Amino acid sequence: MLELKNIHWKTPDGEEILKGIDLNVPEGKLTVITGPNGGGKTSLAKVIAGLYEISEGSIIYNGEDITHMSITDRSRKGIAYAFQQPVRFKGLSVRDLLELSGEEKLPEDKLCSMLSTVGLCAQEYIDREVDASLSGGESKRIEIATVLNRKGAELLVFDEPEAGIDLWSFSNLINAFEAIKKNSSRSLIIISHQERIMEIADYVAVVTDGRITTFGPKEEVLPGLLSDNRQCACPMHITTKENCHDE
Amino acid sequence: MNEITEKLLAEVSDYKGEFKGAYNIREDSGCVARQSSKHIKITAEKDKPGIHIHISCKDEQESVYIPACVTHSGVHDVVYNDFIVEDGADVIIVAGCGVHSDGAEEASHNGIHRFLIGKGAKVVYKEKHIGTGKGTGERNIDPVTEVEMAEDSYLEMDTMQISGVSHSKRSTKARLAAGAKLIIRERLLTDKDEKVSSDFDVSMDGDDSAVDLVSRSVAKGNSFQEYHSVIRGNCRCTGHSECDGILAGNGIVNAAPELHAGNIDASLIHEAAIGKIAGEQIIKLCTLGLTEEEAEQKIIEGFLK
Repeated sequence: MLELKNIHWKTPDGEEILKGIDLNVPEGKLTVITGPNGGGKTSLAKVIAGLYEISEGSIIYNGEDITHMSITDRSRKGIAYAFQQPVRFKGLSVRDLLELSGEEKLPEDKLCSMLSTVGLCAQEYIDREVDASLSGGESKRIEIATVLNRKGAELLVFDEPEAGIDLWSFSNLINAFEAIKKNSSRSLIIISHQERIMEIADYVAVVTDGRITTFGPKEEVLPGLLSDNRQCACPMHITTKENCHDE
Repeated sequence: MNEITEKLLAEVSDYKGEFKGAYNIREDSGCVARQSSKHIKITAEKDKPGIHIHISCKDEQESVYIPACVTHSGVHDVVYNDFIVEDGADVIIVAGCGVHSDGAEEASHNGIHRFLIGKGAKVVYKEKHIGTGKGTGERNIDPVTEVEMAEDSYLEMDTMQISGVSHSKRSTKARLAAGAKLIIRERLLTDKDEKVSSDFDVSMDGDDSAVDLVSRSVAKGNSFQEYHSVIRGNCRCTGHSECDGILAGNGIVNAAPELHAGNIDASLIHEAAIGKIAGEQIIKLCTLGLTEEEAEQKIIEGFLK
């Protein structure tokens, strides 16, 4: 599905954030990428979606080299990406974004179903602008809905989908991820620190200081991550408590 | 009416071969069609070019269409339209304007609209402006709107300059009595070397009056836009003005909002934001499969919607 080979990425001022990432993301599975803050998780997600251009390495998606492919082309190939901090638009409504994502006019009942999945009442939100009048949690849920609804998406990448949303909506979100696992062949990559998301994962990768330090089936990786460090969910073997900033 | 007028009408006033209800169609400084209805009487002004529209529809909302078109260069149309809206009347007024020129001479339309809105009356006013044609002559539209709103009346103005107007000087003045509500939504799109200035002067003179003015502008190419609003709160009232501009290419937008609070209970707010399209907005739409050009177009369309 997705092969990341020796991925290096530097910030514009030359600081190397990703220092040789190698990762094979299994097809049709849910892979959680976790690790301490500043380790490179979000950078890695942006590299996959094409928002960041790597300085070294290659990205193979469904057997095709997409290393230098644009964001648009990657999207059209089936990679969908949910921003950690959703973008606001003056003038574009929730309906506009969902229809752009689905590449079709959507009937009310379908819009309603999509928004219900992320815990929003369609009647209240369909025609609202995706602007600063929405709370952080509301815009986050709309962002997630645009990715869940993305036409032709085979690989869905979510960057901390749990951040800023309430428990009830989070529970809905977990159900949505589980439904994707059960009912479709889509692959999921979720950047997260949340135990509940890790618990529904098939695979877990730990990114620390720009490298993959652990990768394997959840059953093998998760016990080690959680056993001695439940308070903060930091990977015990890669960070000290002093360095742990996770919520 | 001629073929160009028909095309312009479709653009500015949703004309589909006919208007239902009352209408007056102006073409190249003359009237080509007019119809009154039972509750909307349209008559020619006696001492100046233009029409007098008397509106008395109270039981049911009615519409009146008063588009004006200039279809060739060398025409300089000036028209005075007076709207008398009776107490309690409920009406939609559609007043688009199109200026077409295939020649080298200037073509222009100056519409001076005066509204007297009676107590408790409700008016929705829609206005679209467009310039078309391949001529090198300028296509200019200078609308002037003056409004007197009586107690508890309501006016919603939805105005838009779509494209192709070389120069436009827009002036809107309103005076609000107690309980009157004025909503203004203005959208301006300029490109190439086009210039537009838009001036608002709203005076709230009666307690519990309110104005909500939002102007959105997109300046592309080498175009220039200037926005100036004055909101005067002379009583217990609420006023909100907002000017948002998107810059593309070498476009320039100046915004100069003024608030005058002349009463301890006046509550006035102004917001303004001008800048290019945020890069993250384009990126987000690219992640939904749009190209950068498509994303920019979609953002502008939405902004001006």
